[in-house]
Amino acid sequence: MSDTQHESVRLAPDPSPGLTTVGGDTPVVSPPAGRRTRRGIGWPARLEIALMTGPTLVVFLSFVILPVAMAAYYGFFSWQGYGPAEDFVGFRNYLLIFEDSTFLAALRHNGIIVVLSLLLQGPAAVLLALLLNRQIRGQTLIRVLIFVPYVISEVVVGTGWSLMLHGDGVVNAVLGKIGLGWLQSEWLSDPKIAIWTLMGILTWKYIGFAVILFLAGLQGIPEELTEAAAIDGASYWQIQRRITLPLLGPTIRIWAFLSMIGALQLFDLVYIIWGQYIADTAGTSTMATYMVANGRTAGEYGYGNAVAVVLFVVSLVAALFYQRFVLRRDTEGAITGGRN
Amino acid sequence: MAATAVFGRRARRPRQRLAWGSPSVYFVALLLIGMMLAPVVYIILGGFRTNAQITTDPAGWPSPWKVNNYLDVLTGTTFWRQVFNSTLVAVFTTVGVVTLGLMTSYIIARYRFRGRGAMYSLFAAGLMFPLTVAITPLYVLIKNLGLMNTLPGVILPQIGFAIPMTIIILVPFVRAIPDEIQEAASIDGCGRLGFFWRMVLPLAMPGVITVGILTFIQSWNGYLLPLFILNREETFTLPLGVQAFASQYSVDTAKVLAFTSLSMIPALLFFSLFQRRIVGGLTGAVKG
Repeated sequence: MSDTQHESVRLAPDPSPGLTTVGGDTPVVSPPAGRRTRRGIGWPARLEIALMTGPTLVVFLSFVILPVAMAAYYGFFSWQGYGPAEDFVGFRNYLLIFEDSTFLAALRHNGIIVVLSLLLQGPAAVLLALLLNRQIRGQTLIRVLIFVPYVISEVVVGTGWSLMLHGDGVVNAVLGKIGLGWLQSEWLSDPKIAIWTLMGILTWKYIGFAVILFLAGLQGIPEELTEAAAIDGASYWQIQRRITLPLLGPTIRIWAFLSMIGALQLFDLVYIIWGQYIADTAGTSTMATYMVANGRTAGEYGYGNAVAVVLFVVSLVAALFYQRFVLRRDTEGAITGGRN
Repeated sequence: MAATAVFGRRARRPRQRLAWGSPSVYFVALLLIGMMLAPVVYIILGGFRTNAQITTDPAGWPSPWKVNNYLDVLTGTTFWRQVFNSTLVAVFTTVGVVTLGLMTSYIIARYRFRGRGAMYSLFAAGLMFPLTVAITPLYVLIKNLGLMNTLPGVILPQIGFAIPMTIIILVPFVRAIPDEIQEAASIDGCGRLGFFWRMVLPLAMPGVITVGILTFIQSWNGYLLPLFILNREETFTLPLGVQAFASQYSVDTAKVLAFTSLSMIPALLFFSLFQRRIVGGLTGAVKG
């Protein structure tokens, strides 16, 4: 069970089974799927295929692919969301987007959030996973508890944290009580601090996911390797640095990919906490909050769609670059390693 | 350089590791859990206080404990209506995703036909289309379909967006079922569809359950789609409800905290019931 799933995730970015046979040589490993039905497919089989994939294709094409295509189309219009779109404006929406300093600020915030998420959560999660990977009692309980923030909805997290972080909230009160009064701040509304507050909340919410992933990865590393190194006299940290970390590489790279895409698409938490002064006052706006504020809320659906396209292209370019330069060795291994 | 380091520490290390290992590990683990749970505990405890208590001492303990806030929320109709809506949306989304996903995975994994690879690639590419990008036109589409302010208007897109991950996870499960089983079943007179019901469904159950739980929690916590589609209060799901409640009673902090903590309970309950599946499923999914 676990092996097949593992394979699926590593292959996920690549259209795998069809292309393994198309690309390169003839299929080395014949796909097990075919054997039963290779005799040629008759009408009953065709009917089964149509009945069992038809509904899925309809739902998927109409609610996922069609809207994305619509976004690309309406992005070229000035359109208020009702009636046919007739006011074709070419690339003007896109020009406006890149001339708007608010959007550029949002783009920059997204960049900062991507980098800080990787730098703050990555090392911390690796250290915590190494720590929790040792033989300790209550390991399962600890795993469940650090996963709790991940399960709580963004709205609850946002509402709770904004109540705790506002000027008269519990965070400032606790700081005052323990003699750190000079640290008290306007955590949410001070533009110099707000993005760090956001990073703190994001780390709190999502680090559990990273730790669980890394723990899973650590458990796939054979104990013989670390034992052999220990017998050869390697210290604990040498073992972690030279053996564990490199072997954890694929897991870390997949996590970094997910984290990066998530940070580029970030919407819920920012919109809930900073919704009322979203523009750029607190310095936390993202491309997605900009899209909602200037698209739907402003009634400019054509413009909103153009922002969606920009958001999509930015994510896609980031994803492709990442796959090309970072994930390549993992997926290459997965493809050439073949399916068995 | 590495060699000297190795020789220098060779004798002492293993013993030292055992000596300092345990207590500090527990200490860090406790600290970590404390940091993860403190906000949750604060929200729950805050619901047991009065606004006066919260204003005079934001960081205090409830004294005396008040259950009024929780009782108010629990005896009102708003909370329960939103729980009902969220449940409907999450259940129908999960059932839809699992049913459609498993049928399609079965076809992709075990039928051989032209366009099979293209179909898989299409669904895999769906992973690159996040809801955030599609939300504005999706809103227009739902409006044109007349599904605004209805729960199906949320359920159908949610199913669509959950399908790629479901198929990616389930296809290997179905493919891993040995051909011999299918041959044996066919000798015993079991057709392809009978095989699907009698063998594929039970054998793929671990994958189905993992997918189902992830879909359910994601749907339960969903915010962006309901925010666009559901504008009438009687159709609100819990996340929208929490937000509306928080702005409606913005001066009544204690009540907001009570509402917020009650709305956490279903997801937490669901999670603790199935946590082995979730953590286990992720363990399988990204085993490095």
